[in-house]
Amino acid sequence: MAQHKVNYTQNAGLPVALTTIDKVVNWGRSNSLWALTYGLACCGIEMMASGASRYDFDRYGTIFRASPRQADVMIVAGTLTKKHAEFIKRLYDQMTEPRWVISMGSCANTGGMFNTYATVQGADRIIPVDLYLPGCAPRPETLQYGVMLLQKKIRAEKAIKSQKAKRLM
Amino acid sequence: MRAYTPKDDVQAKAYYTDRFYVAPQVPKQDVSSDEVFATDLEAIKAKFEVLDAYIQVEQMVVIINAKDNYGVLELLRDELEYTQLSELSAIDWIAKSGEFEVFYQMLSMGKRKRVRIKCFVAKDEAINSVEKLFRSADWSEREMYDMFGLHVNNHPFLKRILMPYDWEGHPLLKTYPLEGDEFAAWYEVDKIYGKEARDIIGPEIRDTARVDRYDSERFARLGHEVPKGTKITGNEPKTPLAYQEEGGVFMIDRFDEEKSVIITDRDR
Ligand code: SF4
Repeated sequence: MAQHKVNYTQNAGLPVALTTIDKVVNWGRSNSLWALTYGLACCGIEMMASGASRYDFDRYGTIFRASPRQADVMIVAGTLTKKHAEFIKRLYDQMTEPRWVISMGSCANTGGMFNTYATVQGADRIIPVDLYLPGCAPRPETLQYGVMLLQKKIRAEKAIKSQKAKRLM
Repeated sequence: MRAYTPKDDVQAKAYYTDRFYVAPQVPKQDVSSDEVFATDLEAIKAKFEVLDAYIQVEQMVVIINAKDNYGVLELLRDELEYTQLSELSAIDWIAKSGEFEVFYQMLSMGKRKRVRIKCFVAKDEAINSVEKLFRSADWSEREMYDMFGLHVNNHPFLKRILMPYDWEGHPLLKTYPLEGDEFAAWYEVDKIYGKEARDIIGPEIRDTARVDRYDSERFARLGHEVPKGTKITGNEPKTPLAYQEEGGVFMIDRFDEEKSVIITDRDR
């Protein structure tokens, strides 16, 4: 008898697991949240630290991608300047649906300490944001907790209904 | 320095002083107190008009006419061994005298000396580029143009360097508001979504201490919490603040001074 023979006595004798489409799609979506490498300022350092060996983002299935076309979630990590604003919009538009945005740190949330002419006062003036992480800079634990919250949010969504595309306006 | 005029106290500080405070000057010494600088100054004086010269913090400062800037820098580089231009920029003195001060910071590695060449340019005049002498002046002059709107003649590529190309205004001018003018406030909205989106997106919230008790997600409704989704009328009853330990949390006791014991004998 082959060593890896399917045990037909389990799962009511069938080599299948029963679930709903929602669950299986959301399981896939939420456990492989590939993030767009998007470090804009000092918060980017914390984002990189989250990806490196000590905090090890890979175990959440979160792998940083250098292309918006391969990314599911955009982590806006840092100060968004007005000069850069059009590019964040362009990158966001290039991401495939469904897509999510995490705004990481005070700068991306509200402009933070940069109450100046050159800083966008919150990334949500340009793109719709799903999750705001407080802190300057948020620690890698915060970012990982944020991603876990986002996973929770994704799992609560209905996967089969065609999703309404998120738009700022 | 511009005369003090009462302004809106943007920072709401009791110790409000004039924003354009001029720092006290460090003492100036005569150029003759340093041999190397004295000979250098003689060499400059032989060819160009020098308006003022002194030594400050071991650096010679020479004030010249703006039209001589190229000549003086060429002389410094080719004959006096000042082979590096480490920095150049401008200072806005428009309110005081209608002029920009342009400074060139020179370094001689051979002599181990630094010299600062200064000149004054009237508001609407241009200055000659020194890019042909020092390549480092290329970006510095672009930055000077970007930040002050000071035009540079004969520059090979005089374009903004820090701000976007379609920006209006020059941010380092002292008349430029720190939080930006109308153009700056709507820059990204106008550019990405167009002017008609202004009403939808709304103005920037610049007040960092802003607390809105009735905001849509009720982040800030401390003491007036309601369940999510409740329509907010503004007349919610106040929820008294309650501490966890009052309900009796395992292992946490409220501190009671009456019941506590003060230990005075450390060797007990
Ligand atoms: S929030 Fe703080 S750490 Fe993050 S980009 Fe802004 S200034 Fe840097």
